[in-house]
Amino acid sequence: MRRILDTDTAFRWFCKAGAIVGLAVAIALVAVILKESMLALRTAGFSLVFSAEWNPADGSFGAAGALAGTAATTLLALLMAVPMAFAAALFVNAAPPNVAVPVAHALDLLAAIPSVIYGMWGLFVLCPLLQSVLSRFGIEYTGFGLVPSSLVLALMVLPYVSAVMRDVLAQTPVALVESAMGVGCTRWEATWDVVVRSRKAGLLGAIMIGLGRALGETMAVLFVCGGVSAIPTGLLDGCTTIAATLANDFAEADGVHKSALFALGGILLALEFAIQATTIPLIGRRSKK
Amino acid sequence: MNSRKITENILSVSTATLLITGVAVFGFGCNGKGRQKINGAGGSFPAPLYQSWCFDYSQDISHPKVNYQSVGSSAGISQIKAGTVDFAGTDAPLSEEDCEKSGLEQFHMVSGAVVPTVNLPSLAQSTFTLDGDTLADIYLGKIERWNDTRIAALNPGLTLPDLKITVVHRGDGSGTTHIFTTYLSSVSEAWKKDIGIGTIVKWPCGIAGQKNPGVCNNVSRIKGAIGYTEYTFALEAKLQIAFLAVDGKTVKPDEAAWPILGKTYILTRKDTPADKMSAMADFFSWCKQYGGDTARRLHYIPVSK
Repeated sequence: MRRILDTDTAFRWFCKAGAIVGLAVAIALVAVILKESMLALRTAGFSLVFSAEWNPADGSFGAAGALAGTAATTLLALLMAVPMAFAAALFVNAAPPNVAVPVAHALDLLAAIPSVIYGMWGLFVLCPLLQSVLSRFGIEYTGFGLVPSSLVLALMVLPYVSAVMRDVLAQTPVALVESAMGVGCTRWEATWDVVVRSRKAGLLGAIMIGLGRALGETMAVLFVCGGVSAIPTGLLDGCTTIAATLANDFAEADGVHKSALFALGGILLALEFAIQATTIPLIGRRSKK
Repeated sequence: MNSRKITENILSVSTATLLITGVAVFGFGCNGKGRQKINGAGGSFPAPLYQSWCFDYSQDISHPKVNYQSVGSSAGISQIKAGTVDFAGTDAPLSEEDCEKSGLEQFHMVSGAVVPTVNLPSLAQSTFTLDGDTLADIYLGKIERWNDTRIAALNPGLTLPDLKITVVHRGDGSGTTHIFTTYLSSVSEAWKKDIGIGTIVKWPCGIAGQKNPGVCNNVSRIKGAIGYTEYTFALEAKLQIAFLAVDGKTVKPDEAAWPILGKTYILTRKDTPADKMSAMADFFSWCKQYGGDTARRLHYIPVSK
């Protein structure tokens, strides 16, 4: 029987086309960002990252404030989220299924909430709450800035970090834990000295995934950061992040301003890429024994 | 052996694709032949009025369908220059050279008041007054507390709260900011010298809100906050408005003597196709002829016919 269409050949081409499109889009994206940011790199140069004077009205584009804000919110968010994610992952893995499954589902559900909802919650609930709680201690606080930004980010990265940690911990060979218990380790020692040590790379990978997510988060942070372009000097200061600056300014930017935003986008992309590149081998290692 | 089945599948998928494409093309075609569409975008300051006008005008199906997106004055200017909208609304007028260079035409549509809004729960029922100089110094960060002696001097009968002032301003490029900073520059030498007039300025203090609604929201969430918005937004958000003392007399926003008034403008492209241009002209003259009542109801001041 004559074949009308060689399905294998067609399928091969289809797959090739898919792969090429993906690669081409990635290359085009980087090329456009580079091309568009040239103007800002020429006019502003290093002051783009070292100056904190961001004033589109007079043409100064120093994004040190946004960079510092990004670093500070991300770091604070991870400081809060990682211990909680780790505890939740340990609990889910150790608890009996009738408790563990609902908890695991609830955690996964957190990941499904769109970021703008987190932003609304931050704006309508968290910020006023922070203001009223702190005012009871005699601290006058606007409710906006580093604290709510990192709290919202912590909540958002928690399910991702926890889900990866859960998988990483589940890969621990049972014999390893049993041997540790067998030689008289306490539960804490078996967990901390044996399980965590043997899964170090994978756990680090989980943290990196959280880091990547927190760095690029836009909407939720934009709502609660206060939009202050100066470098934050205290916990109660307003701040902004690279992603929030992009979202805030893009619609009306032109000329050097637009170019500076592209340059910031490029910095964010490079950071995310570096994180991705370090995460893949870490997470990949968990499948090896 | 299995290839016939696969061929059939491919055929059925292709048929489905063709059908979908057909429906899409047909739908698109209908759209093209139907009512003419006019798209506008720009400042959020006149947006409540423009959107209300668009709605009323488009109710009559013999009229083109007009819509206006509240994206901010600066964004509106970018869009009209790029030709992605048919008209733009801006509160900060473009310079003549800029209009000439970009092939744009500009005309004054309506005026409106910008008001300072405050969140001072203990004074919600009272008449609270500021003056230009005090307002400028609050926005400069020189007056930091509500019980400052200068604010107290303007409000002799009131017990002012011992509360920090949180300044709220626009984060995005804004015509409202242009109107507000124009006023501050006219009443305060220090403001004029250090900050100046602009759709975006370098704010010496405070936190940002997105567009008029964002500023209203932040003011209503933060105790001790002060912000500025277009009058209608302040009324809709039920915010307390700070009245202004002008020559020793307290003035309210709906009085003629209210000092923070802004004109808002429409921008159109000179290269707009003739049929669309005449449709737009019809819409704008309709607004001027029939839109006055809506404008006054929403607290704008229409241009006389």
